[in-house]
Amino acid sequence: MPDLVAARSQMALSLGWHIVIACYGVGFPLIVLLAEWRALRTGDPVYSTLARAWTKALGVLFAVGAVSGTILSFELGILWPRFMGRFGEVIGLPFAMEGIAFFVEAIFVGLYLYGWDRLSPRVHLLTGIPIVVAGVASAWFVVTANAWMNQPTGFRFDPSGKVVDPEPWKAMFNAATPVQTTHMILAALMVAGFGVAAVYAAGWLRGRRDRYHRLGFIVPFTLAAIVTPVQIGVGDWAARFLAQRQPVKLAALEGLHETQRGAPLTVGGLYIDGRVVGGLEVPKGLSLLAHHDPDALIQGLDDVPPDERPPVGVVRNAFQVMVALGFGLLGLSLWFAVVWWRRRELSASRWFHRAAVVAGFAAPVALEAGWIVTEVGRQPWIVWRVMRVSEAVTTAPHIRLGLYFLLVVYALLTWGTIFVLRKLPSARPPQEPAAT
Amino acid sequence: MTAAEALLALMWVGVTAYALFGGADFGAGFWDLVAGGPQRGAAQRRLIEHAIGPVWEANHVWLIFVLVMLWTGFPEAFAAIASSLYVPLTLVAVGVILRGAGFAFRKAVTGVSLERLFGATFAASSVITPFFLGTVAGAVASGRVPAGIAEAHPVRSFVNPTSVLGGVLAVVVCAYLAAVYLTADARRSDDAALVDAFRRRALVSGAVAGVVVLGGIAVLHADAPELFDGLTERGLALVVLSAAAGLVSLGCVWQRRFVAARIASAGAVTAVLWGWAAGQYPDLLTGELTIRQAAASPVTLRAVLGSLGVGAVLVVPALVGLYVVAQRGSPPH
Repeated sequence: MPDLVAARSQMALSLGWHIVIACYGVGFPLIVLLAEWRALRTGDPVYSTLARAWTKALGVLFAVGAVSGTILSFELGILWPRFMGRFGEVIGLPFAMEGIAFFVEAIFVGLYLYGWDRLSPRVHLLTGIPIVVAGVASAWFVVTANAWMNQPTGFRFDPSGKVVDPEPWKAMFNAATPVQTTHMILAALMVAGFGVAAVYAAGWLRGRRDRYHRLGFIVPFTLAAIVTPVQIGVGDWAARFLAQRQPVKLAALEGLHETQRGAPLTVGGLYIDGRVVGGLEVPKGLSLLAHHDPDALIQGLDDVPPDERPPVGVVRNAFQVMVALGFGLLGLSLWFAVVWWRRRELSASRWFHRAAVVAGFAAPVALEAGWIVTEVGRQPWIVWRVMRVSEAVTTAPHIRLGLYFLLVVYALLTWGTIFVLRKLPSARPPQEPAAT
Repeated sequence: MTAAEALLALMWVGVTAYALFGGADFGAGFWDLVAGGPQRGAAQRRLIEHAIGPVWEANHVWLIFVLVMLWTGFPEAFAAIASSLYVPLTLVAVGVILRGAGFAFRKAVTGVSLERLFGATFAASSVITPFFLGTVAGAVASGRVPAGIAEAHPVRSFVNPTSVLGGVLAVVVCAYLAAVYLTADARRSDDAALVDAFRRRALVSGAVAGVVVLGGIAVLHADAPELFDGLTERGLALVVLSAAAGLVSLGCVWQRRFVAARIASAGAVTAVLWGWAAGQYPDLLTGELTIRQAAASPVTLRAVLGSLGVGAVLVVPALVGLYVVAQRGSPPH
C-alpha cells in the first residue's frame, strides 16, 4: 500500500469514527437538557428519570468523543506535516477557539455528570447549557477549517512560494463557512436525535410501551423531525454553493462529464465505469436546481485537466446515498408530524417504529456519505487548487504500520463503546411497573 | 517580550497545567495498576475514581490546547516535531484513547471481570502515555528534532538516553504527584488506612524520583550537553528551586502536612519545566530553529493571544468552579 493511500485511510478512519461520536457530543446534550427542563417545568418524574439515564450514556459518549478527537490533532502533524507547517498560521485560529470551546464543554460536562446529587436542580440544569453552546461552537470552529480547505483565502504566496500575509479572521470566515457549518451542525442534531429515538422505537417494538419509552422516543425524535426539513433546504443551499464556487465537485457528485447548458439531473442509479446505470433522468433538472434557470450553464468535469478531477464513482454514489437517506428521513418526519397533528399521539404503526429504528442507523450513514462527498469531492487537493494531498503527506517511512495498528485500536474501541452502551442499566420511572 | 514569546509562555503554562493536573490523573492510573487484586485494591480504586472522575476530561484539554498553540503559533516546529516523532506520538494518542475509554467504560459497567478488563486498560495506558510523552520531551530537549519534515531517525529519535530518562521521569513524577494529591483526598474521607497507604506510596515514589533525577544529571551531561549547559547556567536557579521544593514536599508528606505537600510538589514540577524552558531559550528546536524563526506572523499571533484572553475569562472561573464542586463532594467510604 503506498504511503499516501495509507495516510489517507488512517485519517479517514480516525475522522470517520470521531465524526459520528462528535455528533452525539453536539446533539445529545440538547436532548438530555430538553428532558431535564421538562422535568423541572412539569414535575413529571419520568422526564427526570430519562435525563438521568441519558446522562450515563452521555458520559460514555463524551469521553470517547474527547479522546477520539485528540488523535486527530496528532494526525494533522503526523500525517500532513507539510500542510500544517505551511498553513498552520492561516487556519490555526479556529482550532485555538475550538480548544477553548472544548475546554468549556469538558468542564461543564464534569459538573453536569457529577452534579446530579451535588447541585440544586436549577443550577444543575444551568450547568448543562454551556455544554450545548460549547458543543455547537466546537463544531462550528472545526468546520470553518474544513470549509477553508474548500475555499482557501486569507493568505498570499511570495515569489518563492512561501505563505505570507496570513489573515486568520478572513480564512475563518471564508465563503464556504456559512453553508458547511450549518449543514454539519444540523446533521449532528439529526444523528443524535434519530439515534436516541431508535433505542426507544426498538423498545416499543418489543412491547415496552410505557410512558418512559414513549417520552424517550418523543423528545429526541421531535428534535430530529424539526431539523430534517431545514436540513434538506440547507442541502440545496450547499449544492447551489458548489455550482457557484466549486463546480468541479458538483460535476463529480452528479457525474457530469461535459460542460453544458440545460444540464439534466439524474436521480438515483449507480455510477459504474464512467456512466450512470439505472437512474431517472430529469431534463434540464440540474441547471434548474443549481441556478434556478433551466438553460443555465453547468460546468462539467472536462472543465479541468484529468489530473485535477476527483474520483467520480465514489463521490456520486455517496451523494446519492446521502440524498436518498435524507429524503427518507424527511418522509419519516412527516409521517410523525401528520399523525401527531391529527391525533396528538404517536403513530401506532409497527412500520413507523421499524422505520424509526432504521433511521437511527440511516442518519449516521447519511452523515458519512455526506462527509465522503465533501472530502473525496475535493480530491486531489487538500487545499483546493492550492496544495495537493500528495504534496501534504509526510515523508516518514512505514506510515502504513500506523494504519494497521489503529485498525486494531478502533475495532476494540468500537466493540467497547457498543458493548458498554448496551450494558448501561436501563432506568425505569419509580411509580410505573416495568413493562416487559 | 514579543508576541511570539508571549504565546510560547502561554503554551508553557498549558504544558505546566497538563503536567500538574493531567499528569496527576495519569499517576492515579499508575496507582490503580499496582493497587492489587479486586478486593484488596477496591478502596484505593474507589478513591482514585472519585478523585479524577469529574476532572480528567477538563485536565486532558490542556494537551489539545498545547498542540493547537504550537501549530498555530509555531507551525514549522509543530510539523518538524510531529513528523519526526510520529512513532511515540502515535503511541501517546492511542494511550490517550485507551486511557479515557477504559476509565469511562469501567465506571459504566458492573461486574468484577468487566471492571478488571476496562480498569486494566485504563491503568496500563496511564503508564504508557506519560512514558512516551516523556520520550518526546527528551527528544526535543536533547536537540534530536531537526527542522524540516521527518528528518530525524524514526527510532533513534526517541530511543536514546535522554528520551528514556524523560519517559521514566514522567511516569515517576506523575505517580508522585498523584500519590501526594491522593493522600490529601484520603484524609478528607477519614480513612486512616488509605491515608497511610498513599503516604507510603508518596514517600517511595518521591524517593525514586529523586534517584532518577540524580542519575539523570549524569545522563544529560553525557547525552545532551547543550541542555545540560542550559540547565546549569540560565536555568540553574529554577533547577535548584525545583530540587528544594521536591525535598520540602517529601518532608511535608513525612510530617503529614498533605496540603503543603501538594503545593510544594506542584512547585517542584513547575520549576523544573520552566528551568528546561529557560535553559533552551531562545531555541525552540535546539540548534535548528529559534523562537523568532519558528513564529507565525504577528497578525496570527495577536489574533490567537486575543482569543485566548477571551477564552481565559470563560475557562478559568469555570475550571475553579469545577475543582471546588469536585472537592466538595463527600469522598467514598
